[in-house]
Amino acid sequence: MSLPTRSEVEDFLYQEADLLDNWKLKEWLQLYTKDAEYQVPSTDLPKDASPVDSLFYIADDYVRLEQRVIRLGKKSMHSEYPRSKTRHLVTNVRVLGEVEGDIQVTAGFAVFRTKWGNTDTFVGSYDYRLRRNEGGLLIRKKRCLLDLDGLRPQGRVSILL
Amino acid sequence: MNAPTPSPLVLEDEKQGLFRVARKSFTDTEIMNAEYGNVFNKCWLYLGHESEVAKKGDFITRTVAKRNLLFTRDMNGVLNAFFNTCPHRGAEVCRERAGNSKHFQCFYHGWIFGCDGQLKSLPGADRYSADFKEQKRGNLVPVPRFSNYRGMCFINFDPQAGSLEDYLGNAREYLDLVLDQSESGMVILKGMQEYAIRANWKLLVENSNDGYHAATTHASYLDYLANTHALDKEVALRGVGRELGGGHAVVEYTAPWGRPIANWIPKWGEEGKKEMDALHAKLAERHGKERADRICFKNRNLLIFPNLVLNDIMAVTVRTFYPTAPNYMNVNGWALGPNEESSWARQYRLDNFLEFLGPGGFATPDDVEALESCQAGYQNALETGAEWNDISKGMGLDPFYDDEVQMRSFWKEWNRRVSGASTKEGGQS
Repeated sequence: MSLPTRSEVEDFLYQEADLLDNWKLKEWLQLYTKDAEYQVPSTDLPKDASPVDSLFYIADDYVRLEQRVIRLGKKSMHSEYPRSKTRHLVTNVRVLGEVEGDIQVTAGFAVFRTKWGNTDTFVGSYDYRLRRNEGGLLIRKKRCLLDLDGLRPQGRVSILL
Repeated sequence: MNAPTPSPLVLEDEKQGLFRVARKSFTDTEIMNAEYGNVFNKCWLYLGHESEVAKKGDFITRTVAKRNLLFTRDMNGVLNAFFNTCPHRGAEVCRERAGNSKHFQCFYHGWIFGCDGQLKSLPGADRYSADFKEQKRGNLVPVPRFSNYRGMCFINFDPQAGSLEDYLGNAREYLDLVLDQSESGMVILKGMQEYAIRANWKLLVENSNDGYHAATTHASYLDYLANTHALDKEVALRGVGRELGGGHAVVEYTAPWGRPIANWIPKWGEEGKKEMDALHAKLAERHGKERADRICFKNRNLLIFPNLVLNDIMAVTVRTFYPTAPNYMNVNGWALGPNEESSWARQYRLDNFLEFLGPGGFATPDDVEALESCQAGYQNALETGAEWNDISKGMGLDPFYDDEVQMRSFWKEWNRRVSGASTKEGGQS
C-alpha cells in the first residue's frame, strides 16, 4: 500500500475539523468506516490502555458513535442544546506508516469549547488509523489522548473531539 | 454583605406536605465553610478501595476534603492514611499519583520515610537532639481515624468520631448487597474519571439518587436505549426510596437495562445468558434465591452521608465529590467490579458503564448541564419568593422510586450538622 502524503492527510483532517466546528455531524460520520472505533481514555491510564479492561471516558464502536451523532442532533441533548461553539486546531501531523493494513497517523490537537461564557480547552494528541477507499481516506480508528489531569474544569466531553 | 435570608435553612411541615431548602445553601461561602467544619471534618469520608493498593508497597496520593493524603499498604500489609507533608518543612513526601515503593523521600532536604510512615533516615541526623528521635517528631502524621469496611476504606479527621460501622448504620444492608456480588472481593477497575462541575456539591448529592429527573433530563438516553436494545418492556422503573438514618438514603428499583450481576438483556446473546444464569446460580448458592434475586434484579442508588455515592445500576460506580467554592466541585468516579469476573463480563460491564455514566456517557453530561443550570438559577437565591427549593414530592404518601424522601433524608442530617437545628424548629417562612 502506498502511504498518503502528509499534505493529503492534513487536508483530510482539516476537513474533519471543519465539519465538526460547523456541526455537520452526519457528514462527519461518513468519514468513518463501518467498523470504526472512537475513544477518549481516562487521563490516568497508560497510552496503550484498552477499554476492554479499563474505564475510559468514551469507547464507541460504530453503532454507538452513530447514536452519539443522533443524540447530538436532538434538542433533548441538553448539554449541547443550545449548541456550544467549538474550534478544532490540528497540528504536528505525521504519517507514521502502515499497521495491520491501516495507515497510522498522529497529530496534536487543541479543541476549544465555548458555552455559557466559559471557554474550555481540550488538548492532546490524536492517534488515527486510516484506510483508503476509492473516494479518498476514511477513519478506522480515532483515539484522543488528553494531555490533562482529568476534566477540570471541562466537566464533560459532550462534544466530539 | 448579608441580605436578609430565610431562617432556618431547611423547613419541614409534614401536615402541609411542605419541605423547603433555602437556595442560599448553594451559594453562600460561610455555609460552605460551616460544611467543612461540621460535616467534612466530622463525618467518615471515603478515601479509596483496598484493591487500589493491593500489593505491599503500593501507594496512591489523593485529595480528600482539601487534604493532600497518601494512602499506602506497608511492607507488613497494613493499610495507612497519612497527611502527605514532610514533618520537617512541609513539602510533599510523595509526588506521584500512584506506584509501588518501600520508601518515600522528601526531595527538599532528603528525609526518607518507610511506607509505614516511620522516619528511616535524614541527612545530618547527628545535628538533632536525642528528644527529636525519642519523641518521634520525624514520622509522617497519620489521618486521625482510618477504617476499612469490607475493602472500602474511610477516614475521619475527628479523633473523637464513633466507629465506622456505627456510622454506616442501616446503609450497611445496601453496601453489603453490592459487596456480596463477588466471592473473591469487589475491586476498583483501572481508570479513574476525574471531572468538575460548576455547581454546588449538594446538587450532585440530590441528582445521584433522583428518580424523578430521568424522563426529561435523560430523554435522549432513553431514546438511545430504545434504538439499540431490544428491551424487555415488562421491566418498568419501579421501586421505593428509603431513608436509612444518619442522612444515608437509597432508592431500590427495577429497571429495563442489563446488569452485569446479573440481569440478562437480549443484546448480550446466548453466551451472555449462560454467563448471567451461572452468576445468578452461584449467588443463590451462597446467599439463597431471594437474596440472589434482589442482588441481581434490583438497582440501588445509595448515598452514604455526606458525599459517597454507590450506584449499582447498569454498572457499579463509586463517586465522591468536594466543593472548592460554593459554585464549584471536583468529582472522582470509579468503576467497581468482582475480582473474579470473566473478561467477557468485564467488557460488558465497562461498555454498560460508558453508555450512561461519566463525562462522555449518554446521560451524565446532561446531569452536569442540569446542575449548572440550577446554579445559574440560584443567582436569584435571595429574591423574595424565589429563595426556596421544593423537596416535598411524595410526602405523606406510600414510598415510590421517583419521590424525594431520599433527598429529605440528606437535608435533615445536613441541617442538623450545619445549622445545629431541627428542621421543625423556627416557625414558618
